[in-house]
Amino acid sequence: MGRGPLLEARALTKDYRPGRKRVVKALRGVDLAIAEGEVLGLVGESGSGKSTLARCLLRLEEPTSGTVFFDGEELTGKTQRQLRPYRRQLQIVFQDPFLSLDPRMTVEAAVGEPLAIHRLGSRRQRRERVESLLTQVGLDATILHRFPHEFSGGQRQRIAIARALAARPRLVIADEPVSALDVSVQAQILNLLLELKRETGLSYLFISHDLRVVEAVSHRVAVMYLGRIVEEGPPSTLRERGRHPYTVALASSAPSLEPAEAGEAPPAPLAGDAPSPSDPPAGCPFHPRCPVFAARKNPECIRLEPELSPLPGEEHRVACHEVER
Amino acid sequence: MLEIRELTVEFPAADGVARVVEGASLSVARGQAVGVVGESGCGKSVTALSVLRLLPPEARIAAGEVLFEGDDLLKLDPAALRRIRGDRVGIVFQEPQSALNPTMQVGEQVAEGLLLHRSVTRAKAHERVQALLASLGIPDPAMCCRSYPYQLSGGMRQRVLLAMALICEPQLLIADEPTTALDVTLQAQVIELITRARLESGMGLLLVTHDLALVGQCCSELTVLYAGQVVEQGPVGRCFSAPGHPYTAALRATVASLDAGPGESGALASIPGVVPHPLAYPSGCRFADRCPRVERDCRARPPALAPRESNKRAERRRGAGPAGSQDPASDWTVRCIHPLPLHGEDG
Repeated sequence: MGRGPLLEARALTKDYRPGRKRVVKALRGVDLAIAEGEVLGLVGESGSGKSTLARCLLRLEEPTSGTVFFDGEELTGKTQRQLRPYRRQLQIVFQDPFLSLDPRMTVEAAVGEPLAIHRLGSRRQRRERVESLLTQVGLDATILHRFPHEFSGGQRQRIAIARALAARPRLVIADEPVSALDVSVQAQILNLLLELKRETGLSYLFISHDLRVVEAVSHRVAVMYLGRIVEEGPPSTLRERGRHPYTVALASSAPSLEPAEAGEAPPAPLAGDAPSPSDPPAGCPFHPRCPVFAARKNPECIRLEPELSPLPGEEHRVACHEVER
Repeated sequence: MLEIRELTVEFPAADGVARVVEGASLSVARGQAVGVVGESGCGKSVTALSVLRLLPPEARIAAGEVLFEGDDLLKLDPAALRRIRGDRVGIVFQEPQSALNPTMQVGEQVAEGLLLHRSVTRAKAHERVQALLASLGIPDPAMCCRSYPYQLSGGMRQRVLLAMALICEPQLLIADEPTTALDVTLQAQVIELITRARLESGMGLLLVTHDLALVGQCCSELTVLYAGQVVEQGPVGRCFSAPGHPYTAALRATVASLDAGPGESGALASIPGVVPHPLAYPSGCRFADRCPRVERDCRARPPALAPRESNKRAERRRGAGPAGSQDPASDWTVRCIHPLPLHGEDG
């Protein structure tokens, strides 16, 4: 830390044009920074732009405008060939371990592929590295010659994590790494990610729709809604003193262990789906679903999109007209 | 209303017969909500699908009965069973993408059940469909009816699926991981809708999920399955506050620790290891290899499902003769030789 962020995005936007006249604004000006050794959690509903952001940061997708810096170097504008050395340092773990592993590749080939691509070590050294990676992620090093279909979801996600770590990256983007897994297995994988962070000083961008999962592993949490970050701060602050009405709704949507009275589900905190990013509401994009707007009808909320701005004296930023500063 | 008795389901495997569900019993009364919980591979979905005989053709129901309002659904002829499916018993599947017909307009799919089971005109059926979709919070039901599934968001599709299950006002709804593919915000909405439908019509609910917290939100009774067997069964509130089986306790701890964060140890509570494969079940307690409280005799013989009671109460009963019928814990059973103590009674 100290030298400035390891990964930084400035005013990142991404438009998709699925039809002649339609424009889907998936990212609408995202600023974000991750320090060396830091875990930034990113939370939001489907369609909020989380995965698009991840793909734009890695330039798996070309951002429409804005810049991405890694370790002080600008990634946007580089050719794919020039990006190669950075690819080794920036890795990604995807949501679905049933889709992200090639079914015809053995565990050894899958985990060792990054090493082969970046020509790291001899064949023999690569095998040793794969074996030690498998042990590191809690798998048996004897599974080298087996295929993905022989493993459970949790085991496959461990294989995918071993593969992401193979070339010793400095930052891993984990895009919903536990959403496809059982609750009990989710904890295993989250513990593995926490342990790897302690051992290797890795940084993570950790993406999930579940605020509980993000809070459990992150130093800082950013909440995304319709292509923008609407609140950012330390996890404990967001949970207990989240200021954006959307964050508050997310926090109270997760089922808790307190059994509801006589099995009667409490009313859902948010009605309806998130609006379509091809036709975002004017003003604050959250106002049509916002309980605070429904109660107070502040005309500013329809007129002007609020800026993400800091609360005095705290590492806490909110984009909401109704928050007193 | 629904009573599953000693259900055993087998699948043929390359090297033997996999007994995926073994002697599972549970019941759902009118208006009652029962949650079935366990990890992947514990037999939850197979149990739920057996009720309507929706298992894949290679599966064999080796033993047991499924009584619905007195009829054994396992013995019913196909025509009679079809009259129950989608009419008196509705079902919601996990994947809204694969459970809908991609080439059929949504309105047609929802109306199908009505046209099949009720003598209504097409126009009347579509009217009912739109009213139901509106009550499920779909903003423009007419537009939704004309759409194809790919044009809808995940949350909309799940609501459509729920509408298909509810259109004939079933007496029982079977919901197999109805919210697993959804965001937490949508999950809360769907759970609220299911609960409202249940409270309004007195419908019974059988909810299958891997998330114990979800059962706490909308069920009053809990059945925990592990490796094909019922390991704990009882009222949700009491099972949560004093779980008897170490597996229930472990499931509860994973959810609780996800809520509370890693804390000082720096790790979240998890259940080490995996559910054993049906062809390799241990001979004693099937949870023994993952159990933090395992003792030597746990591996010696398979434990039976027995009423949950404190040691004191057990002693008292032994002394006073057969007073067990008055035992308030008799609706609470645990399959463990060394169950966790009940609070405040055992040291």
